Amino acid sequence: MDRIPILKIGETLLVTIQVDFHDRVALALLEDLSEKIVNFSSKGLLIDISALEMVDSFMGRILGNIAKTSRLLDCHCVLVGMQPAIAITITELGITLSGIHTALTAEDGLALLNKLVNAKKNGKPSAKKQEAKWR
Amino acid sequence: MPKETAVPLHAIISDSRDDILKEWIKAQLDDTSRSQAVPDASIKASSTEFFKLFERAISNGNISDIDRSEWEEVRHMLSDLSASRATQGSTPSETARFIFSMKQPLFARLTKDKSGPDAGAAVWELSLLLDKLGLYTTETFQKTRESIIKRQQKEMMEMSTPVIKVWDGLLAVPLIGTLDSARTQIVMETLLQKIIDTGSKLAILDITGVPTVDTQTAQHLMKTVSATRLMGAECIISGIRPQIAQTIVHLGIDINDIVTKASMADAIKEALARGGWTFEKQAENN
Repeated sequence: MDRIPILKIGETLLVTIQVDFHDRVALALLEDLSEKIVNFSSKGLLIDISALEMVDSFMGRILGNIAKTSRLLDCHCVLVGMQPAIAITITELGITLSGIHTALTAEDGLALLNKLVNAKKNGKPSAKKQEAKWR
Repeated sequence: MPKETAVPLHAIISDSRDDILKEWIKAQLDDTSRSQAVPDASIKASSTEFFKLFERAISNGNISDIDRSEWEEVRHMLSDLSASRATQGSTPSETARFIFSMKQPLFARLTKDKSGPDAGAAVWELSLLLDKLGLYTTETFQKTRESIIKRQQKEMMEMSTPVIKVWDGLLAVPLIGTLDSARTQIVMETLLQKIIDTGSKLAILDITGVPTVDTQTAQHLMKTVSATRLMGAECIISGIRPQIAQTIVHLGIDINDIVTKASMADAIKEALARGGWTFEKQAENN
């Protein structure tokens, strides 16, 4: 069975979804991710879905679950590179990916993640309110 | 097997083909209610062509069912004719009269050559046939008109949702007209695609041109904002007129987590500030 590789870079985990992301792969990814976050005590998770061209309600929920799970394990989750069609589908399906951060590109995502993690380290009260500078 | 006609219609037509054609064309040209959309020459040409095909189709003996293959050429010609007339701006009745004006010269021949019950039956049969053909022209005419309307709707849709690049990384969408779900869809699609293309992280949705905001419009706006957020960009809604602000409050629509500004100018100011840009006015030289 296909498994999506999870790369560890410092305190960050990096996942790029490039294969056919069907239900089983998604569930396996959720499982693997929660395990790795605990094992490496990662503080940030970056998921690149720029190659994902189709999404259904199940996939939307899994993405939401990944975000919620990582949140519980004290790890910020940033979703990058969502295609317009997917963004529209997710909103039309009424799935609210609350607690998930998004960024246009992997670069922006990493910057946002660093910011979120550092803000927490420095003991700033609410990292959530801080918005990434867009320029 | 098609039913045989009561009278040898084909024989009658081929006997006095030229006279019928002449009378028919004359009837069309003399028609006082005719608009000037179709020139005389084209009436003559299309009448001659149609009559040729009509005669050929009739010679097969089937004059009751125009859906059959014998009539295919006639149908083809008629659809082309009504389509071109629809685009030229003829009225539907004018186009239908193209066929109906054929009745007079044809019926005159039928009743002249024969008398008695046979002639009545023949007139009836021919009348049915011409009615069918006439209805067929009207139908195609209508279809062409509808396709024109659809095309124009689409064009209007595209024209009404421009996405403007205001600054590096800053887009603006001036929304004009009522926001229904079809338009929201197009706005969303073009905006999101533009966000990807330009790598913009901020978009301003300006609703100055939206006449009314009801719960549904608000819903559509929220959808656009959340889709933009999913992409990793942010949205500011601007151009909220006083009445609209009151309506939103009255309706109890919750847009707390969306940044709103009264005018486009404020939105641009805010956006540039967020991007770290500062401006100052140069001292004027007197």
